[in-house]
Amino acid sequence: MSRLLVAAALLVAATAPAWVWNPYHLHTLIMAGIFAVLALSLNLLLGYTGQLSLGHAAFFGIGAYATGLLTVKLEWSPWIGLLAAVLLPGAAGFVIGRLALKLRGAYFVLLTISFAGCVSLVSVNWMDLTNGPLGLPGVPPLEIALPGLPAFSLRTKSAFYYVVLAAVGLAYLLCLGLIRSRVGRALVALRENETLAASVGIDGTHYLVLAAAMSAGMAGLAGGLYAHYTRFVSPEVFLFTYTVTMVIMVVAGGKGTLAGPVVGAVLFTVLPEALRAATSWQWQMLLYGVLLVAVLFFMPEGVVPALRRWRTS
Amino acid sequence: MTLEARDLSVRFGGVAALSGVSFAVAPGTVTSLIGPNGAGKTTAFNVITGFQQPTQGTVSHDGQAITGWRPHRIAARGLVRTFQKTSLFPGLTVRENVLTGLHLRGRVGVAAALLARARVRDEERRLGEEADGVIDFVGLGARRREAANGLSYGDQRLLELAVALAAGPRILLLDEPASGMTTSEKASVAALIARIRAQGVTVFLVEHDMRLVMGISDRVLVLNYGRLIADGDPASVQRDPEVIRAYLGSGAHAHA
Repeated sequence: MSRLLVAAALLVAATAPAWVWNPYHLHTLIMAGIFAVLALSLNLLLGYTGQLSLGHAAFFGIGAYATGLLTVKLEWSPWIGLLAAVLLPGAAGFVIGRLALKLRGAYFVLLTISFAGCVSLVSVNWMDLTNGPLGLPGVPPLEIALPGLPAFSLRTKSAFYYVVLAAVGLAYLLCLGLIRSRVGRALVALRENETLAASVGIDGTHYLVLAAAMSAGMAGLAGGLYAHYTRFVSPEVFLFTYTVTMVIMVVAGGKGTLAGPVVGAVLFTVLPEALRAATSWQWQMLLYGVLLVAVLFFMPEGVVPALRRWRTS
Repeated sequence: MTLEARDLSVRFGGVAALSGVSFAVAPGTVTSLIGPNGAGKTTAFNVITGFQQPTQGTVSHDGQAITGWRPHRIAARGLVRTFQKTSLFPGLTVRENVLTGLHLRGRVGVAAALLARARVRDEERRLGEEADGVIDFVGLGARRREAANGLSYGDQRLLELAVALAAGPRILLLDEPASGMTTSEKASVAALIARIRAQGVTVFLVEHDMRLVMGISDRVLVLNYGRLIADGDPASVQRDPEVIRAYLGSGAHAHA
């Protein structure tokens, strides 16, 4: 039953551009994919190590600016840009993890919020580098250029959809690989009981730094993809709303599960759009709020754990 | 493999939890640390395992000074402790708890976890077998798949022991492993400690139950108000007038 469901979902995901003819709907799906990468990334910290990063949009934004600046100002290849969009936020995540040292819970939240605040201010005020609020227009599209063949641009929505789908698959496999090993158990041990973890030889700081760096790198990848998709980067990428949306997706989807963030991302990207189509704008956000509260009220652990429980009982 | 504490002092503000305590735990023995509540027993454990820095003094293991090391490093050296208050990975199953305890027995790092899945599979199989062995050793075989926070109190204490054993201790420091247990549960814990020792693990025990302590210990150390007042075999410690005074003379009741 569950295998069938997964196979059906994969089939739908793999063929979507063929039957989703409305470009706006396809755009919604692409955004769902970008958010799925972000939610998987946040889940690595929030769901497994139990630490809430409320500055996750910073890593997303640094990723977007990294590739945006390299490709616009230095005209480097977008692929190198994307690599930088992973490495630079990853390094920032590493630093945050080191700084966190013994800061946990509310203090970790404050650290990440302050970090995001700083980065956002830099993007607005360092005019020479970032163009400030004007942003960086003209980010080039991704292109596949094989020697001897004409370059194949990934600027169409259906092509970019597959790029994002691949990124979601990669992020998912990354999380899966970590979680199903002793590394994953060490992350969970931090969430469950860090003192006991230390007493059996698990170095909490080491694993928190690791999770923060990998999580930030994944969020950066999402930011890089977003930059090449919208072809524009502005301080808007640092909006707190992005972080809040990620948290909603992870928590409502099921934190600490692998499928939860993906399900949450699809659900909470498609839902507002469906509500927009079904109602007027006054009702859209209100209904969104009511539905979110309902989900958390009836499925406090999230959609995926609730479905699992429902199936086994 | 001797654990040695020399001149340990811990002060919290004006209160001296430990003052100038020195002792050694010989390899292969069961050594117990007893004393009235607040005597500094848990503080001594915290200092030895790196959870607390001593104000003064040193701890060494095998001649290597380990004072100031972080807890995970001390654990990696083979000094593994349990906690006075039940301490588990509550949301995980019995088996997952023990697998987490086996952390030091695994080698896979991030790169291998992501790229060398075959190695991970082999390691997971090996660790799984080891986990099952430890679970059977403490007698929780029937509870393998149950969540830790759903176990009975007695089983939770056994699981704590299993998690600590999984970490491969050379010296196992048990902080009141039998507190709150029924008489028959205490007897099985005593038997378990004897079996752990028979496997060559040195046991360092903090415990209030005198019958348990006197029954299984080779040596008994007595703390009172942060000072070591007696150190010897169980029979001589029981006769020691100062020990009797510490337990009875102050008007407090003996724990037994």
